[in-house]
Amino acid sequence: METRRDVFQAIADPTRRAILLLIAAQAMTPNALAEEFQTSRQAVSKHIKILTECELVKQEQRGREIYYHIHATKMKEIDKWIEQFKKILETQFNQLDEVLSTLKKLKK
Amino acid sequence: MTNNLQFDFTVDKAAKTVHITREFDADLSLVWDAFTKAEILDQWVAPKPFVAKTKFMDFKVGGRRFYAMVGPDGQEGWLLQKYISITPKTNFKMFNAFADKDENPQLPGSDWDYTFSEQDGKTIVRITIYNESVARLEKMIEMGFTEGYKMSMINLENLLASRSSGLSKR
Repeated sequence: METRRDVFQAIADPTRRAILLLIAAQAMTPNALAEEFQTSRQAVSKHIKILTECELVKQEQRGREIYYHIHATKMKEIDKWIEQFKKILETQFNQLDEVLSTLKKLKK
Repeated sequence: MTNNLQFDFTVDKAAKTVHITREFDADLSLVWDAFTKAEILDQWVAPKPFVAKTKFMDFKVGGRRFYAMVGPDGQEGWLLQKYISITPKTNFKMFNAFADKDENPQLPGSDWDYTFSEQDGKTIVRITIYNESVARLEKMIEMGFTEGYKMSMINLENLLASRSSGLSKR
């Protein structure tokens, strides 16, 4: 018996976050995904299974191939990461503002 | 914190590219120095309480910068950059990668393109970051996700405090 995993468990793993970002750009087959990582297809499948259980990933059958898609409504998490990166840059640049202001005073 | 300096940030996930535009209230040569001289870079690139420490920086085409982000617990995260092209006070391009303490880069890395222009005494810096893999983009974001948020909040408080008590306590 397995309780459903939560989103935070899903994104706690760096490989799973990478998978999410990859399939956010385009739907991918299990083989194409495995090629992106230096790991076995089985390992990638395991991650995909967890992501599917958390409803972050959906699969679609196209002919003989399975394609993994990002689950659009859960995409907010990824946007959150991007927001974090933006915050870091803002922090850096605010620090630079201070440094520039100090340097300008020294010049005068 | 309120300032009216322009800041644009867009992410193109499909093209694996981040575009950033930021305006600075200083003339071009000063801003250029702030992005290209180790002693100034070390003062601002690490979100406090992280500290940036440049081990070496050779700002010329083919030259490299090797530096660490040092956490309050003394933990070091190393980065290695290589300068691809330089047009003084206009543009420079570099390749950026995480590294170990022995200067071995962890590939893939990302390409950073900086363009500088001056307008009405202010300097506009346009940055384009291209990641050869989405996984690398993810790692870059992940770094922000784990430490950046709380750090940036602490830092903001410090900045606000230093503003109200004068700027000289650096």
